[in-house]
Amino acid sequence: MSVVTALVVAVLFGAGVYLLLQRTLSRIILGLALLAHSANLLLMVVSGPAGRPPIVGGFATGEQVADPLPQALALTAIVISFGITAFLLSLAYRSWVLNRNDEVEDDIEDRRIAHLAGDEISRWWRRTK
Amino acid sequence: MSALLTIPVIVPLAAAALSIIAYGHRNIQRGIGLTAISVVLIDAILLLVRVEADGVQSVQVGAWAAPFGITLVADLFSSLMLVVSVATILAVLVFAIGQPGVDSGQPVFHPVYLVMAAGVSLSFLTGDLFNLFVAYEMTLASSYVLLTLGGRREQIRSGMTYVIINVVASTLFVIGIAWVYGATGTVNLADLSVKIAALPDGVQTALSLFLFLVFGIKAAIFPLFFWLPDAYPTARTPVTAVFAGLLTKVGVYSIVRTQTLLFPETRPSTILLTFAGFTMVVGVLGAIAQNDMKRILSFHIVSQIGYMILGLGLFTVSGIAGTVYFIVHQIPVKTALFLTTGLVEEGTGSTALNRVGGLIRRAPLVAGLFLLASMSLAGIPPLSGFIGKLAILEAGFSAQTYLVVGIALAVSLFTLFSMVKIWNGVFWGAAEDPPARLASIGPDSPLAIPAAMNGATIALVGLTLAIALFGGPIYELSERAAQSLVDPSAYVGAVLG
Repeated sequence: MSVVTALVVAVLFGAGVYLLLQRTLSRIILGLALLAHSANLLLMVVSGPAGRPPIVGGFATGEQVADPLPQALALTAIVISFGITAFLLSLAYRSWVLNRNDEVEDDIEDRRIAHLAGDEISRWWRRTK
Repeated sequence: MSALLTIPVIVPLAAAALSIIAYGHRNIQRGIGLTAISVVLIDAILLLVRVEADGVQSVQVGAWAAPFGITLVADLFSSLMLVVSVATILAVLVFAIGQPGVDSGQPVFHPVYLVMAAGVSLSFLTGDLFNLFVAYEMTLASSYVLLTLGGRREQIRSGMTYVIINVVASTLFVIGIAWVYGATGTVNLADLSVKIAALPDGVQTALSLFLFLVFGIKAAIFPLFFWLPDAYPTARTPVTAVFAGLLTKVGVYSIVRTQTLLFPETRPSTILLTFAGFTMVVGVLGAIAQNDMKRILSFHIVSQIGYMILGLGLFTVSGIAGTVYFIVHQIPVKTALFLTTGLVEEGTGSTALNRVGGLIRRAPLVAGLFLLASMSLAGIPPLSGFIGKLAILEAGFSAQTYLVVGIALAVSLFTLFSMVKIWNGVFWGAAEDPPARLASIGPDSPLAIPAAMNGATIALVGLTLAIALFGGPIYELSERAAQSLVDPSAYVGAVLG
């Protein structure tokens, strides 16, 4: 396992999580893309050391070949995350068309309950004082 | 025999393709959808009969030998789940066709619904961790579309949260698969069952808990459930109903499957029981605080997931048998409850408790259906929820986990309380602020509800009654399913040959 690839996985994951915690949709989507990249790269890390010949094409003569399964898995995962990212972008666009801003909104019912709870707490606080 | 296992996946997918070709021709699309799901239902029943008689069935798609090829497996647990799920999917499809405005003007509804059906079937039948991921993505991608179909503002808002949470969960799933592959060199479930047992204890525990985390997000287990009551109520009712009945249960199915098959030596009993207790309590308390039928029921989805994890957490045959029976009961009951909500919404124009009232006179049929389904959910004898809860609680008593059993009993009481709250708000009393549709019809005149919607709901409630009526045989099947889950040698043998 190459230390550099492992480090890249870690950095991509960290950056992805950081972007995911932002309030604007476009950053969240970029964060998700970085997370997906880190997962795919991790699949490459677990497939064994770099530089081995591919399994098809007649390059593998007596040596160990590169494990094709994680590559297939990564390929599938890439296609899926590509499709989902496109869908997310269209959702974000729709959200921008409707709201004219790029922020994640609160749940209205949550806000109502938080409000009610807040009222009750402040009433109780006034009574105890 | 191989056709029995592949039909549930291939037929809905092919039908989805045909349905796209018939884009804009609503009646053709409806015919394709109904035919495809009916075929799958018949197939699922045949598969269950076959598995019941001959034991675990498996097929290697593409004829690559077991650890490398794409494996489809059906044991009793997965074929039971498949039958109940497909029956529910069919009932909801009839309901959606009956409800004005669900598939009309939305030509993508039918193809996407069929892809979701294929995804659900594949996640029950797959014998491969990576194909489970693909099945999840099929189900989720179509659920994203169904949830946001129509593009109304609150749909986009809650849909965004739902998509983001699930994409994060899926990414974690890929990471989990990478770790599992890195540790063992295989993703075939049966092969993993053998190879994971040879790993050091620490690695086993880490993998087991990481997969529990991944599926826990999908199954909406405390503390990973926040997205669910927010996202589900905003979709059209048939969509919410099928999500409520199926999607979280697919997550629970995966938890049960991986915890029993992949990690036969790691038994994180205390952790599972703790999360089960919190899930039950937090879900039901959330439900009590709500004032809308859909939102109350959405919190109950979370609460009931706790019971399933409780049964699994005992890791005894009777506990897991209780879980299997409970999932079989929950899928139709939960869906039926959401469908009655849909009937109320269709008839009155609202599901808010204070805006609707007195429906017992105007729609006695809806009231009766709701009463049966909700009492079953609360666990009133002799309905199916009672049998499921009794089985789980008895298993809990014999495992001497009194605290979590006590919590489960208390939660049942609160469930009953919130069902009575809906009953008082919607079926008794008077509407304080009736919506336009309710106000426009006369004070005691019956509600206008299309027959197909009523019919689909009656069929599902009938299914829950049948699950209670045939409680003995179904519980016996669950027990046999649980035995083969606790001792996975038959499963492993059928796949690896």
